[in-house]
Amino acid sequence: MLYRLRRKISGTTVFMWIIGLGILAMVVVGSAQTLASGRYPSDQWLVLTIYGVAQGSVYALIALGYTMVYGILRMINFAHSEVFMSGPFIGYYVATALDEAGFLDRQPVIGLGIVLLAAMATSTTIAVLLERIAYRPLRRAPRLVPLITAIGASFFLQYTFRGLFGSGVKGYPEIDQLKGYWLIPGTQFGVLKTQGVVIVAAVIMLVGLYLFVQRTKTGKSLQAVSEDKDIAALMGIDVDRAIVITFIIGGALAGAAGVLYALLFRQVNFFMGFFPGIKAFTAAVLGGIGNVVGAMLGGLFLGIAESLFPNLVLDGLGIPAPYQLKDALAFILLVVVLIFRPTGILGERLAAKKA
Amino acid sequence: MRAQSRTPWSNTVRTGLLGGVAALLLSLVGLIEASAQRAIITGVLSMGHTLLLLIYVWAAQQAVRRLAADGERQPSRLETLTHGALAGLLISAVLAALVLLGQVINLRAVFINASPALFDLLTLKLGTWLGGGVLLVVGVVLGLLVASLSFIPSQFRKPLVLGLAAIPVVSVLASALFAIRGLSLLGALILLVLVAAASYLWDLKKGAVRERMNNLTPTGQRTTRWLRWLLPAVIVLLLPLLGKYPSEVLDNVGLYILMGLGLNIVVGFAGLLDLGYVAFFALGAYTMGVLTSPEIQWAGARLTFWEALPFSVLVATISGILLGIPVLGMRGDYLAIVTLGFGEIIRLVALSDWLKPYIGGSNGITRIPKAVVGPIELATPQTLYYLIILGCLVVAFVTIRVKDSRLGRAWMAVREDEDVAQAMGIDLVRTKLLAFATGAAFSGLSGAIFASKLTSIYPHSFHLLVSINVLCLIIVGGMGSIPGVIVGSLALVGLPELLREFSEYRLMMYGAALVFMMLNRPEGLMPEARRKLELHEAEGGAGE
Repeated sequence: MLYRLRRKISGTTVFMWIIGLGILAMVVVGSAQTLASGRYPSDQWLVLTIYGVAQGSVYALIALGYTMVYGILRMINFAHSEVFMSGPFIGYYVATALDEAGFLDRQPVIGLGIVLLAAMATSTTIAVLLERIAYRPLRRAPRLVPLITAIGASFFLQYTFRGLFGSGVKGYPEIDQLKGYWLIPGTQFGVLKTQGVVIVAAVIMLVGLYLFVQRTKTGKSLQAVSEDKDIAALMGIDVDRAIVITFIIGGALAGAAGVLYALLFRQVNFFMGFFPGIKAFTAAVLGGIGNVVGAMLGGLFLGIAESLFPNLVLDGLGIPAPYQLKDALAFILLVVVLIFRPTGILGERLAAKKA
Repeated sequence: MRAQSRTPWSNTVRTGLLGGVAALLLSLVGLIEASAQRAIITGVLSMGHTLLLLIYVWAAQQAVRRLAADGERQPSRLETLTHGALAGLLISAVLAALVLLGQVINLRAVFINASPALFDLLTLKLGTWLGGGVLLVVGVVLGLLVASLSFIPSQFRKPLVLGLAAIPVVSVLASALFAIRGLSLLGALILLVLVAAASYLWDLKKGAVRERMNNLTPTGQRTTRWLRWLLPAVIVLLLPLLGKYPSEVLDNVGLYILMGLGLNIVVGFAGLLDLGYVAFFALGAYTMGVLTSPEIQWAGARLTFWEALPFSVLVATISGILLGIPVLGMRGDYLAIVTLGFGEIIRLVALSDWLKPYIGGSNGITRIPKAVVGPIELATPQTLYYLIILGCLVVAFVTIRVKDSRLGRAWMAVREDEDVAQAMGIDLVRTKLLAFATGAAFSGLSGAIFASKLTSIYPHSFHLLVSINVLCLIIVGGMGSIPGVIVGSLALVGLPELLREFSEYRLMMYGAALVFMMLNRPEGLMPEARRKLELHEAEGGAGE
């Protein structure tokens, strides 16, 4: 019987390995051809990489929300993309009001801080409400039930925002001080100021979160709850409180990520959460879901991969307009990771600890 | 004593405020204003007002029921009335506050739907102060009316409620189907009386009719049973006589029933949450397009609809298996995301310039021929309807036959517990792949008919939202239940198409419906018996 089982497994595994090797071959051939053709100067790769890092750090911030909620509730908070969208959406109204008063250009740091706070407050409120209304009653329901609820909540939020604020794309005001480049000393190479700010802000928040989770008592209680809810409760940890805190942190980070995203792309609309949300989830899976550091690394990796791959791989394969396939690439990466390494890059440590 | 009497009050306040928030939300997203265009009773009641009315009824009813359920003693009539009135008042208070705020600051700068028209609707065009006052009074009166309903003996209450409910239902159906602008006041009253009388009489005579049925001879019973099937069948066959537009709507409903029955096998029977279901729909449609459209040169001789149909289904089935293999080992929520990814990959690839020479990119494929039966070209929605009905019948027949077969039972075993199912000797790989393949085949069939119905297909038609629509309808209808799929399609696809003003809010309501169903009635409107048992068993288990 074992023999028969092995034979069956190998049938599908072989198929999967063929897919995997095919993809790998495409990546290698594509990059080799692009690099050999020398179509892009090295400067351009650097520009793309920095853009990727900026975008990736936004993904990392969103991914933390997915990964922490998954770690603690074992559910994919599908509505997290709407938590992410709601922050900059409300932030937009604050930002335009500040901009019209001229405050945003006079005091960009304080102004941005206010926008950031408004966005984080909105996202946090929505995340907490979601948990309270939609997820808490279902904590012991069969697995699919909370997921379907989350999908429903996601669409409800999206289209409620559309109904409340209209379906048009809203342009974020531009801050005078953030126009142009910072030249890297000693080179002729400049970094877009907005990208620089996004990277710095994201790194500060990521480090802050890491220290919070690792060093503080509350952070440790979160870890304990995600390890084992029942035993954590026996140790005197208020599980409900820990879950609410998780949603608060996830919401606040998503709101902040939303403002950074709006700084990069300077626009918001009701559907903006979907793709970043899926990509951030991909990042969380990439890093091993449930793993905080993994989500950060996964986000950065995905951001860089996304900005480099269309030019590096697809161009080399002779696919026209490779940029159109950027979003598909993230999905392909997600599918490949889940198939070949469902535990993610850093997932093993977590799995080993659990065993 | 104090602590005891506080709970009912806070309950009522909560219910009232909740109703207020719901009313506020409906107003601010523009639903009330949009649906005010449609009259329920001409000149008296618009649909916008009806929606608000429903919120009042719900809140007051909820407050009264909670009061009766929570208290240890029967609440007095005065208490019931005050609680109902309070709930109504609170809703009105929230709305009045909105109107007042709208006068003070320009809400429209943020909430695009906070328009003067909305305020006119809420204040009944009486101006801010008078209208606000009237709004509060109306709230109290409505609360009192609903609360006093509970004093009417139940044999009269039910006919009355049914009669009242029939007015908006009939009016909406009539105005959507026959371009009538709402019922007249007299018509509404007649309808109320008729429905109430019918319901009252039925309640009186129900027992007698049942008894007569049971006393019939066996042949008589058999004929009545036949009649019971024959009547709906005749009605279904005659539906296209309603005209072109209703047939169009029914065609869409039918296509969703096809997809719903397919996804029902994957999600409802086998418990594999597939969010990329639209991929197979797209593949079916694109195969039909590529094989039949004269625009496509690279795919050999042009086929007719009937020749291409098997290929559509075949391509969808094979891709169902191919996409199923990689996800075999995945658990519920990972599976959902990966399948979602598959669906989006297919759409994005179809949209890109890469495959443009073959499948048209964002220009799609046009000039797909219609299906031809003998001398008749199925060009009108009315004729196409019969093709779709035929498809639905075939698919429903297959589903019903498979459901209780060895395979169907294996699916349900996998749904309940994979490990135990495997231990029982069920081949997981084969069972899961068959579920994916069957579901994909149905979806491909639906896609093929869709392509020939529209004669042109674009990647935009295959958005993720289609998958979500199908998922919604099987969940609202009841996962795993075949009548549920039909009811779900009628409710979620048919109704919004009939009520055009709702189409913009469709997804908002779908989302709300999903959350609401999962929280309150996870088994759906027309539950499958076994599933209902399971879900409530789980609830009972959790409660202990």
